[in-house]
Amino acid sequence: MNETNWHRKDLLGIAELSAAEIELILDTAESFREVAERPIKKVPTLRGKTVINLFFEASTRTRSSFEIAEKRLSADGLNFSSSSSALVKGESLVDTARNLQAMSPDLIVIRHGHPGVPHRLARLLEAGVINAGDGAHEHPTQALLDAFTIRQHKGQIGGLRVAIIGDIEHSRVVRSNIHLLQKLGASVVVAGPRTMMPVGIEGLGVDVAYSLDEALDGADVVMMLRIQLERQGRPLIPSIKEYFSLFGLTRDRLGLANEDAIVMHPGPMNRGVEIASDVADGPESVILAQVANGVAVRMAILYLLSGVRGAA
Amino acid sequence: MSLVIQGGRVVDPSQKVDGFLDLRVEEGTVVEVGEGLSVPDGAEVYDAGGKVVAPGLIDIHVHLREPGHEYKETVASGTRAAAKGGFTAVACMANTSPVNDCRSVTEHILSEAERHGRARVYPIGAVSLGMEGKSLSNIGDMVAAGAVAISDDGLPVSNAELMRRALLYTQHYDIPVIQHAEDLDLSGGGVMHEGEWSTRLGLPGIPGSAEDVMVARDLLLAADTQGRYHVAHLSTGRSLDLVREAKARGLGVTCEVTPHHLLLTDEEVAKSGFSTDCKMKPPLRSETDRQRLLEGLVDGTIDAIASDHAPHHPDEKDESFSCAPFGIVGLETTLSLCLDRLVRPGILTLSRLIDLLSWGPARALGLPGGTLAVGSLADITLIDLDATLTIDRDTFVSRSRNTPFAGWELQGRAVATFLAGELVS
Repeated sequence: MNETNWHRKDLLGIAELSAAEIELILDTAESFREVAERPIKKVPTLRGKTVINLFFEASTRTRSSFEIAEKRLSADGLNFSSSSSALVKGESLVDTARNLQAMSPDLIVIRHGHPGVPHRLARLLEAGVINAGDGAHEHPTQALLDAFTIRQHKGQIGGLRVAIIGDIEHSRVVRSNIHLLQKLGASVVVAGPRTMMPVGIEGLGVDVAYSLDEALDGADVVMMLRIQLERQGRPLIPSIKEYFSLFGLTRDRLGLANEDAIVMHPGPMNRGVEIASDVADGPESVILAQVANGVAVRMAILYLLSGVRGAA
Repeated sequence: MSLVIQGGRVVDPSQKVDGFLDLRVEEGTVVEVGEGLSVPDGAEVYDAGGKVVAPGLIDIHVHLREPGHEYKETVASGTRAAAKGGFTAVACMANTSPVNDCRSVTEHILSEAERHGRARVYPIGAVSLGMEGKSLSNIGDMVAAGAVAISDDGLPVSNAELMRRALLYTQHYDIPVIQHAEDLDLSGGGVMHEGEWSTRLGLPGIPGSAEDVMVARDLLLAADTQGRYHVAHLSTGRSLDLVREAKARGLGVTCEVTPHHLLLTDEEVAKSGFSTDCKMKPPLRSETDRQRLLEGLVDGTIDAIASDHAPHHPDEKDESFSCAPFGIVGLETTLSLCLDRLVRPGILTLSRLIDLLSWGPARALGLPGGTLAVGSLADITLIDLDATLTIDRDTFVSRSRNTPFAGWELQGRAVATFLAGELVS
């Protein structure tokens, strides 16, 4: 592994990464994958390093994935979440940052409901910052684990057609994936109800489709997004039933995609809302591989970022 | 008390004057403008040294925050900022605490201005009691105390019936209703302009239509009522078109734009790395909108440039972009920004800019001043077109620091202001 190519203190988004940096992370993850297959799933790589997992927004999957990655690297991980700590309203972002810095962590993994918060903290902190999702802005580690999974199943990303379907407007997964897939040479089509399609999305270089069939045509990868039921207070879609009839991925419709297409989902899935169970559990589904790969990818990121911190 | 300002270039758009002239002031009033004026015995002489002698600038959209939010700004600090920036008069918005919806609050603001003010202060009363958007505030009482217009600025008048009544009732006092045009359902939880940049940043957007539908609605009501209607901080090309068309039909409609909507776009939120100093309402719009506003300045559709000076404490702005309050300060930056970025590149003539900062706003709100005509107030701003300025928020005399223009190097600035013939800054 050649960490000398990694010069960043933080991983805030995919938008600012080069293709070479993305590939470095993916290649590094490759070498961490086999740790999960050992009887003793632990390497001493980050022994003595402190990682704070700072989650201002509920997360099970991403937080657990980071925690496991930290443990497998022998880092000392520490969890703060807004519900269980003093990090609730009343303390400003800046004070939160100063308090954390006072504990001299090496890395901070942060999820926040508001775009730009990790960027803000990164400027204030000496510790490296990993964005674990900031509002609808970016979720770089998700895009990286998605890319890792695509590469695993398709050999490479360049030249593939990737369809991303669902609530495009409110998804951070979409934005990070659009940046990443295009940087590695894939073409991306996004599809969803017009009420969930953000203004100006074409400006990011993607094709836009307003029917599932059109999006699936020629797709090598089909990425379904979670429809957030809690947004139903806003007039975005009339009902889940209508959503499923317009954009739900069924076995029949999957037939429109390329024969060897794979199906992905960042989780958590709503069966019968955006994806039919027989597709979610079918042979095309790589959804659980995504989860498994998430640990290896996050190990790679923790490793690369702490390397810059320089055990120096 | 007599004063002669000699050797300056008098630029007075209200009189279509632009020339090297002297100006004589007696008892706070301009009494003579002409070449080579003689200096009466005992008169004070001020050598303008070739600098521009303009009518005192007027900012018709300012938040002085007093009463109630003195930690952000006061009448004293806000008018000091005004004077430093070349403004001799400001109109201050009603969203104080308590709201300026009755005579006692109006009187309080004016008494503070009387005691500490470095510029004239024209209070704007609320449209509705408590700015709750329900019933009309004590308009007549406030006008009697000195209010010059009404507005629920900070909030729109959402209720169309209330707007209609306000447009009718204010005709008894011949004052305009100033609207912060925003359909709150359309703007929703938005924090920046809705467009490619909000999409890239994942921030909830405020569509241009949130402003346009409100302006369109209000113009229909203004036509029906024949009331006086003024659009605050107009920010979209389409709203500008609506105002242009309404003016062509002869409606009593005016509008203002801010320097930040003329100079910055939504991309700035990304370029600044989510700086909360790029967060205001209306939001920084698209480049297309910005270009259209520049056209509106030139073709005369826009009546005034106003800063929407909105001070917030650094602790409040030191938050996530989504949580920080909307608004930026402007009194100490407006003139230099406009001179450097609008006049120097030739977008506006100097005379047109001064019009937009003096006579235009004075007419929009029916204020005295904005002119150097004989018999008018001797409120005068001296402008050095060659002096340079680097915007440094640490030198602000405002109590707040929230500006997106920090570090900008500009040419042209106010070097002196006279209030009723007295040098105040």
